[in-house]
Amino acid sequence: MADISIQVINRGEEAIFDAPNDMGLSLMEFLKANEYEQIEGTCGGMALCASCHVRVLEVSPPLDEQSDDELAILETLPIVYDNSRLSCQIKLNTGLERIKIEIPEL
Amino acid sequence: MIETDIAIIGAGPVGLFAIFETGLLKLRCHLIDYLPQAGGQLSEIYPKKPIYDIPGYPSVGAQELVDNLLKQAAPFHPTFTFGERIETLTKNGERNFTLTTHLGTTVHAKVVVIAGGLGCFEPRKPEVVGLEKFERGKGVTYMVLDPEKFRDKKVVIAGGGDSALDWSIFLSDIAKEVTLVHRSESFRAAPHSVNQAQKLAAEGKINLLLNCNIQEVFGSDKLEQVSINNTKLNELVKMDADNLIPLFGLSPKLGPIGEWGLNIDKNAVEVNTDDYSTNIPGVYAIGDINTYKNKLKLILCGFHEAALMAHSAYKYINPDVKYTMKYTTVSGVNEF
Repeated sequence: MADISIQVINRGEEAIFDAPNDMGLSLMEFLKANEYEQIEGTCGGMALCASCHVRVLEVSPPLDEQSDDELAILETLPIVYDNSRLSCQIKLNTGLERIKIEIPEL
Repeated sequence: MIETDIAIIGAGPVGLFAIFETGLLKLRCHLIDYLPQAGGQLSEIYPKKPIYDIPGYPSVGAQELVDNLLKQAAPFHPTFTFGERIETLTKNGERNFTLTTHLGTTVHAKVVVIAGGLGCFEPRKPEVVGLEKFERGKGVTYMVLDPEKFRDKKVVIAGGGDSALDWSIFLSDIAKEVTLVHRSESFRAAPHSVNQAQKLAAEGKINLLLNCNIQEVFGSDKLEQVSINNTKLNELVKMDADNLIPLFGLSPKLGPIGEWGLNIDKNAVEVNTDDYSTNIPGVYAIGDINTYKNKLKLILCGFHEAALMAHSAYKYINPDVKYTMKYTTVSGVNEF
């Protein structure tokens, strides 16, 4: 079992973590566990509230396309970017090796 | 001034069940919630989702649970203030609290129960120059409480989700003019709403501005104009507006609760698990807003907390009365 390398940029500061890929965690749950306070995950991970919005800067291998539900909820945010994702929809499993994200201010 | 035995801050599932538990003890409740309806995040965020861990219900819809809790609480005639946020909590003495909302409503209570869930659902605000100048009744509002306030007004709605579309459709019959400003080319909201909005746009009842952002708001005392930037054409236009309603969803914030002298740990209120009382005698915190060792943010835990809180609150209000717990199977539910 290999860990997933997670690089987080938050308010200009960078942190690197190794996350397990066999615990059924989402990136949102991992970020909350590491106390990134902007990541609220209000709905618990159902892609319903957009309170776990991140920008994916680099990822390997590439993520699946967003579901319609994820796109619809991202649409409700005041600002979204081409690389915006809901971190609750990014699963930390064997399909992911490395990801670099930025937590937006809004 | 609203007089009550128990002021409950938050009308989510745990706040609603607290009406029942305190009602069995003949205590009257008044609930205050910043959202425009009861149910908290169940009604606001996931009304149609099933919940699987409510004891006795293999599966129950979130809104169905809220409706049942309201029905269960109905014999105790709770009263509600919606769309208002409690700003201040003052303890005047034992069994004597005054709460004031951001709109100036005051509630006088013997006990205060904070059942605020994840905090106040604050609207997400877009980056628009001058926006805050026109909040609080001067033209910019983030939720529609009374649609009649927009009758014969020029209304600009910003956003691309279900609520932006649904309110544009609804207000197109009431307002003088409805303009819907959306930053993308298309909508991903419910197809029915999208089709209806496009139909109303074709009929000239909604002015649909796609690939656009609100940039700045203008006016002297009240909102008079907004400037809108078309990002595709790189064009800036100004238009007259009496009201601007940005609808970009809600995000929970602890808000003023953090300034009331309560012991707070990581955006949650510390409580004594004997009775879920806080460090201020007469103030309790139940449900997701509280924290203690091994806390689980589950509705069923909040229900348990509500029951223990109710009995402690009864003793606090009636220090000289000896009370023996009665089962509803024995004494029933006695309306009062």
